[in-house]
Amino acid sequence: MNAADIPVLSIMLAIPVVAAALCLYVRADLARIIALSATLLNLVFGVLLWLNYDPAGAQWQFTESANLFGPIGWRLGIDGISLTLIMLSVFLMPICIGASLTSIQKRVGEYMAAFLLMETLMIGVFAAQDLLLFYVFFEAGLIPMYLIIGIWGGQDRIYASYKFFLYTLLGSLVMLIAMLWMIQFAGTADIPSLLNTDFPAEAQMWLWLAFFASFAVKMPMWPVHTWLPDAHVQAPTAGSVILAGVLLKMGGYGFLRFSLPMFPEASADFIPLVFGLSMVAVVYTSLIALVQQDMKKLIAYSSVAHMAIVTVGLFTFNQQGIEGAIIVMLSHGLVSGALFLCVGVIYDRLHTREISRYGGLSVNMPKYALLFMLFTMASVGLPGTSGFVGEFLSLAGVYKVSTWATLIATTGIILGAGYMLYLYRRIAFGPQVNADAAAMSDVNGREMWLLAPIAVVVLWMGVYPETFLAPIRRDVATIVARIERAAPAGDSKLKLVDPTTARYRVVHHAEKKLAEGSH
Amino acid sequence: MELNASLSLVHPEIILSFSALALLLLAAWREQAGRLISILAIGALSAAAAFVINFMLNGTNLSAFDGLLINDAFGNFSKILIFLAAAISLMIAPRFLENAGAMRAEYPVLILLSCIGMGVMVSATDLVTLYIGLELQSLSAYVLASFVRSDGRSAEAGLKYFVLGALASGMLLFGASLVYGFVGSTSFAAIGTAMDAEVGLGLIFGIVFILSGLAFKISAAPFHMWTPDVYEGAPTPVTAFFASAPKVAAIALTIRIVLEAFGSQILVWQQIIIAVALMSIIIGAVGAIGQQNLKRLMAYSSINNVGFILIGLATGTEQGISAMLVYLVIYVAMTLGSFICLMQLKDKDGGYREEFADISGLSKTRPALAAALAIFMFSLAGIPPLFGFWGKLVVFNAAVAAGLLPLAVIGITASVIGAFYYLKVVKVMYFDDAADVIVESDDKVLVWTGGVLAAANSPIGYLAIPALGIWTAYAARALF
Repeated sequence: MNAADIPVLSIMLAIPVVAAALCLYVRADLARIIALSATLLNLVFGVLLWLNYDPAGAQWQFTESANLFGPIGWRLGIDGISLTLIMLSVFLMPICIGASLTSIQKRVGEYMAAFLLMETLMIGVFAAQDLLLFYVFFEAGLIPMYLIIGIWGGQDRIYASYKFFLYTLLGSLVMLIAMLWMIQFAGTADIPSLLNTDFPAEAQMWLWLAFFASFAVKMPMWPVHTWLPDAHVQAPTAGSVILAGVLLKMGGYGFLRFSLPMFPEASADFIPLVFGLSMVAVVYTSLIALVQQDMKKLIAYSSVAHMAIVTVGLFTFNQQGIEGAIIVMLSHGLVSGALFLCVGVIYDRLHTREISRYGGLSVNMPKYALLFMLFTMASVGLPGTSGFVGEFLSLAGVYKVSTWATLIATTGIILGAGYMLYLYRRIAFGPQVNADAAAMSDVNGREMWLLAPIAVVVLWMGVYPETFLAPIRRDVATIVARIERAAPAGDSKLKLVDPTTARYRVVHHAEKKLAEGSH
Repeated sequence: MELNASLSLVHPEIILSFSALALLLLAAWREQAGRLISILAIGALSAAAAFVINFMLNGTNLSAFDGLLINDAFGNFSKILIFLAAAISLMIAPRFLENAGAMRAEYPVLILLSCIGMGVMVSATDLVTLYIGLELQSLSAYVLASFVRSDGRSAEAGLKYFVLGALASGMLLFGASLVYGFVGSTSFAAIGTAMDAEVGLGLIFGIVFILSGLAFKISAAPFHMWTPDVYEGAPTPVTAFFASAPKVAAIALTIRIVLEAFGSQILVWQQIIIAVALMSIIIGAVGAIGQQNLKRLMAYSSINNVGFILIGLATGTEQGISAMLVYLVIYVAMTLGSFICLMQLKDKDGGYREEFADISGLSKTRPALAAALAIFMFSLAGIPPLFGFWGKLVVFNAAVAAGLLPLAVIGITASVIGAFYYLKVVKVMYFDDAADVIVESDDKVLVWTGGVLAAANSPIGYLAIPALGIWTAYAARALF
């Protein structure tokens, strides 16, 4: 692989930084063009990364190592899980920039710079192979997001920006102490080495809790989710997209990269906690979503419910559960991002997020209604869309561990269908009660260009998920093998062959077809 | 011969003393030559620093004047930092003081005298030399605080500083006399030897009084009350000086006396340092929340930062001391930079503004200045990727290594409270409507020094981590 000689990851990190610096010094039009080209260029690099990634090759590919900053090692590298999340980031970024082309009119250069920096930091989080470097990227994301919410946000943007910043900061600082302890215990900050370090069981508990404090807030899990609805509602459309699309995935990525493989025993001990909080989240936030009058708030609460499916999936300790959780993360990143864009489309026309101000949009905005329905269905988890694959896989994994948790988590899907269809009915169907809403024009070319690519990927992931499962399968298997010694017994008493063997694919597809038929 | 050897070890202080006297003479002849004398004083500081660097590179570690002073890497490292901070304070001052009608030739001379005091402080190995150095520094500082005679606030600051400073010196002296009474010597080494044996109640009282006096000098809680008033009242360049050089000197002095004199009885002083550190962090953070004056805010910020620095001392390990020195270097860059930004807050009538309301919406009218101040604020809050994060990281790393996990967790959690008011500065500058009272700064020196310090606090500063790590470790090793 000759591409290995080129530091692709460093280039992908550098492009947005350079573009951000340029954006600060040029006028608005040029800043928009620079930002769009830089993010598209990064998308091209992302695609190259994906094409050159060898699922059967070394666990860590595209590795780079430089000793620039002393103890903070500039060590980058990706496995399949990082790859998919980096792809998600670089895919959503041009769409975010595109969504802001006309809606952002004040301080355009600074806005674009903040988004570009955000892109660097997101890629950095998923590519860092040094614990401290990871922390720097993870935490630094607070600054641009704080500014995005605070400067370009809605009415209560200041309260929301503070809440976002301080909530996340408090969680992460405790994690930093845990990281320092780990580095001292293991004598290295290298993540691949730490992944194979066995920490003493009693220390694991504290370390796990410290990491949990950070990732649970980021995820967000009930009851520390309250910053999310505020942040989402107040952030500009593109801010919500990136927040729901990528930032929330950092929590799941953290659980997957650190909590599970580094502290398997503690993770197993805390399964009841994680499952309990997730079950509460699924039911409670779904019910809250059902009564929302604000579109963005509704989608924000639905995010919490979907992320709860991710957490139960991750803590199943088996292949389906974890693969499913990753697919839910990817799918939710695309779908909730697209839903926020859909909200943005009509918000730009009517400047309100109140659901009751719309109605009957399928009459005057048929194209919009179609796309919105596709994403609604994907959010519900209709077979054929990405949502189904992820939710089904993760719940199948959960079933092996706890039938009760599955039962309650599955109600989330029913409730999800409830609030999403109810939202769709109120917006797209029914009589056109509001004259101004009835006069709105359908999606224009630019908006089509933002939504159509996401729609294609959502369908692709729903119809042929193998494309997205192939790069992560081996890495998930590595994690499962690593944590096997602590895996919980499970209460479902399945008489199934080991799904990680070669027969897995065959059995898995038969299983899915059966379920599709009975859905 | 013995005297010559000793004198050769204090060359930097001798250079500064003669320069200060010569410049004082010049000042008497040419009252208005403030700028010229400032430049000459910077020259004198550079010459002294050159000698210090030479000592540092040669690895000098020698006692002078029969154990009254020591010339070692730790003292020399502190001196370089002090001289650098003092030089920056000299550079930024003339325009400000001219506007206030107070640019007199004594200003650089007083800074030089203060530097001599600080040089003695960081190399003192005897309670008597310690006191002489401390008083020379303090007396210069009292005068500097009230340097703008026509301003009532400045005079008040000087008086407050003097009265409370004298009280602290009194406590320090009382503690020193108790220690002398129970140990029979004023030398750090002799106190250290005596403390290897049993420590009586009288000696503990002495230690507590000495530490209280020093806590006042480094503005650590619960002896921090003077800080907001003095920082607010003193002319801003003087405040910048107070927040940097004397703080480095007093902290270095505290490190040396704690480790060399009391080092063997860690249980006696460790809990005092831990209590003082946590109180400083929390009081510094909570006290700042309601402030409307930016200089008062910075005063609480300095109390808060001293708390973080003292966490390194509480470990009592070589790693902890090295971490403190790293933090000090970064702290000096952050705090000087912040004050340089505050000095550029001038309205169109040439008056200096220092309230929150004045920087409202600054990012729209003065984007570069607002960006620099935002960098310093995020850096002070310890948010990566700014350089302030590295200072906090090494200090907490040392605490974790020394097994002080509860201290580390409480300290780092309390830093979230601190983050709140740093964020408030950013919020006022970036989110609020423009007040448009601040005009473009005409002082290029401020713009350039501020820019350089902002760059040092940005992620570019991370490139200095390896060198910083080597030199601070080298300096810390001298104490063990």
